[in-house]
Amino acid sequence: MMKRALACAAVLALTLSPAAAQQKSPYADYQKKTTEAAPLELFELVGEELWKKKQGPKSASLEQCDLGQGPGKLKGAYARLPRYFKDTGEVMDLESRLVHCMMSLQGRSREEILKRPFGNADKPSELEYLSMYVARQSNGFKIDPGTRHPKEKEAYALGEKLFSWRTGLWDFSCTSCHGEEGKRIRASELPQLDDPKQVSPLIATWPAYRVSTSSLITLQWRMNNCFQQMRTAEPIFGSETVNSLITYLTVKSKGATYSGPGIKR
Amino acid sequence: MITKSTLGAAVAALVLSPAASAEPSAREVQEILKRDFRPRGQAKMDRMDQDAVQRLCTTTNNKPPADLAKKLEADQMRTIDFPKGSLMGNWKEGAKIAWSGQGMQWHEDPKLPGGGGCYNCHEMSPQREAFGTIGPSLAAFGKKRGNGIEMQKYVYGKIYNAKAYNLCSEMPRFGTTNSLTEEQIKDLTAYLLDPASPVNK
Repeated sequence: MMKRALACAAVLALTLSPAAAQQKSPYADYQKKTTEAAPLELFELVGEELWKKKQGPKSASLEQCDLGQGPGKLKGAYARLPRYFKDTGEVMDLESRLVHCMMSLQGRSREEILKRPFGNADKPSELEYLSMYVARQSNGFKIDPGTRHPKEKEAYALGEKLFSWRTGLWDFSCTSCHGEEGKRIRASELPQLDDPKQVSPLIATWPAYRVSTSSLITLQWRMNNCFQQMRTAEPIFGSETVNSLITYLTVKSKGATYSGPGIKR
Repeated sequence: MITKSTLGAAVAALVLSPAASAEPSAREVQEILKRDFRPRGQAKMDRMDQDAVQRLCTTTNNKPPADLAKKLEADQMRTIDFPKGSLMGNWKEGAKIAWSGQGMQWHEDPKLPGGGGCYNCHEMSPQREAFGTIGPSLAAFGKKRGNGIEMQKYVYGKIYNAKAYNLCSEMPRFGTTNSLTEEQIKDLTAYLLDPASPVNK
């Protein structure tokens, strides 16, 4: 209730401000003003509780989860994902790795964990809370996903190929909307996602709190929702397809400073 | 004189460029998609099969050789079922269909009428300011071009199957994919061509 009221107040302030109306992109100011009102810290706190909570058949917490920097090492870990993990033989993003840790450390089943991968305004999902908590601890770190291992090269190459792969009932590819500079879908500006300058400020701020829906959103959700709008079948959570697209976009953003979790309109 | 930043860019390009051998073949990509997607609601797995148009446009980066494009466009033209008589429906209904972005998604009820989502990409009526720019502006479309039977046929056909006119167009094939009904496409045709439609005001 409180957070909605604050967000509304921020939107109202923007509407009434004459200076904002003169700006090129109204969203820049809108996002700036909503930043102070967004309850990011509260979400991160819930994420921390879930990280430390003993759960599953093995009654274990996630505190020994290895996100690539060693068991339990969270500082800067998110900024170095996706990357290749020897124990699974796969290139994994944060969310896939969290699922892996829940399965291996807590003894939970994939089906149970992924029963509700994406939450809503009433209740974010466990993976969303955890993503916010883990990502926060990479704030200020350079984005540095894996690019050297052959599997990482493969993931990038597949992501690049999928980016312009026309598919689905309506023949779209990622480039239908995100292949050219300065396009809009309705009133929303579309970033050209194969351009490092345009993609890196975005990758630097995911996962995020989305003001318009009062919900937490992650990159797995972003890919899923794009495919939904493309009228394809549903991509499987953490699949090679989704992880390769995330790898492609993140490698394009390499070198930028991670400044999330972010706020989206 | 090589500056630090150009050197950095060169190193980055070297590191970022994937080895040529890492690139998957089209067949591999198709198999990966078959494995990594699942049917949900009305969105079945057949949506992941590339047809000849999607395949050619993907492999040629939307620049197909002219002769091949012509041949495939003719094939697409044959999918269009032109009704007899006037193709102008009710522009008021067309206005709603043009604005609605619903339809054909896995979470939606397939029994509900779908929209055309026209405003996602096109400017149309001056009353609607939230229009996209992926497609060309259609403002005053009929006013500029008239609304004779040939123009009606072009608009109806273009909405029914845009690939019959421009093989690698980014516009969906609304009729061929059963995303819009014959009546809905007629209503949209009227929305673009009827002199009373706000598009032509």
